[in-house]
Amino acid sequence: MKQSYQEIVKKNSPKESVIGNAAIAFITGGLMGVLGQFLIDMYASLLEIPTKEATVCMLVTLIFLSCLFTSLGFFDKWVNFCKCGLIIPITGFAHATMSAALEFRKEGLVTGIGMNMLKLSGAVIIFGVVSSFVFSLIRMVVGLI
Amino acid sequence: MTFKFNNVYINETATITGPYESNGPLGKYFDLCHKDLYFGEKNFEEAEIHLINEAINTLLKKSKMDITSVDAFIGGDLLNQIVASNYAMMKVNKSFIGIYSACSTATLGLILGGALIDGGFLNKVIAFTSSHNAAAEKQYRYPVEYGGPKPKTTTFTSTGGVAALLSKDAGNIKIESGTIGEVVSSGVKDVFNMGAVMAKAAADTIYKHLQDTGRDISYYDLVLTGDLGVYGMKIFREYMLSEYNIKLKNYNDTGVMLYDIENQPVYAGASGPACAPLVTYGYIFDKMRKGKYKKVLLAATGALMSPTMVNHKLSIPSTCHAVSLEVIS
Repeated sequence: MKQSYQEIVKKNSPKESVIGNAAIAFITGGLMGVLGQFLIDMYASLLEIPTKEATVCMLVTLIFLSCLFTSLGFFDKWVNFCKCGLIIPITGFAHATMSAALEFRKEGLVTGIGMNMLKLSGAVIIFGVVSSFVFSLIRMVVGLI
Repeated sequence: MTFKFNNVYINETATITGPYESNGPLGKYFDLCHKDLYFGEKNFEEAEIHLINEAINTLLKKSKMDITSVDAFIGGDLLNQIVASNYAMMKVNKSFIGIYSACSTATLGLILGGALIDGGFLNKVIAFTSSHNAAAEKQYRYPVEYGGPKPKTTTFTSTGGVAALLSKDAGNIKIESGTIGEVVSSGVKDVFNMGAVMAKAAADTIYKHLQDTGRDISYYDLVLTGDLGVYGMKIFREYMLSEYNIKLKNYNDTGVMLYDIENQPVYAGASGPACAPLVTYGYIFDKMRKGKYKKVLLAATGALMSPTMVNHKLSIPSTCHAVSLEVIS
């Protein structure tokens, strides 16, 4: 019997190991969380600042390290291995922004970096802002009731 | 549409590659292998221009010829407005026919060059093509340093500059005939599964070639498809059998041959306009001259992909141009 082309394509397309990928992301993402908590506790006790301020210091540290490691050229391999374990935390946002900045650096400061740096991560900012607005609205309405 | 050529030969070829290709299993068959993706240039686009100029210069040197005796150049690449080819040609000052057919540019160049020579319009033509992994990634996919995971069906754009000298003067590799393919809609919209996009075009063109020439697939010692990759090869085999009742025996894919798929980070294999001619001019011609293959059908496939059209949710068009190559002893 003749098969349609779509059937043949479907039959010969490999399955991605969803469970394996999820397990890697769960473990590496969890380790990222542990690292983040360690940094918060460390900043809080070393600098004697409240947890809220220590959290900001932790975020800045992770962003700095992601950008540094991306520029040094090995962070893409880590992201490729850890997948969502490194993409979902702030490290993924920093990595996407930094890799685009590196890529377009040679096309000039304004036309290159300025106009292309948020090529990948711009969507995160836009939908982050939109969803925070929606959730604040829901919270406000619920609070009024 | 199939052309039969009387006297068109590939007199000499030049193959220039980057680090991934030279570390692959066919590394020793290439003329020049570079270790750095910049090739001494400032950016990846200029690096690709460098690849083309270096391929042309190497070809002229190997064939002990001066550029003044070349009538015209035919070539193209993957970048928007085929900029690598156009900028490379600025340094040459010769008549130039720019073509775009994605990864099937090399065979289209051979067919067009062959037709112009066999028709008596030109005597010596250089057909070239190039691709650069980082320049293509930047234009079609993500920034080079971005490490987001990709599906297993993804192919890896090869880095290379390839040129071939065509003329009527008898050489040991003859272009016997060529089939120009149609633009095919496979219905596949997945940019990470180019093998599936192109396999249908390869099957259609090869079937037409066999019909036009009245040949059986066993006429060829080797059938080579352009760059379908591991999964595209499987789809191609099955579709050939199911649609055209053709069982492939001596068959391989240049996308699978160029890299060590197990040990290099290339997913389903190589792609890019340079892939098919690198493998053919470097490795297959060597084996043809040594007598392993006499008649080879090279069907280079191209996914005519544009990120804008993919965002419009349209299926990706593909094409395939086939040339029949024979060794003259």
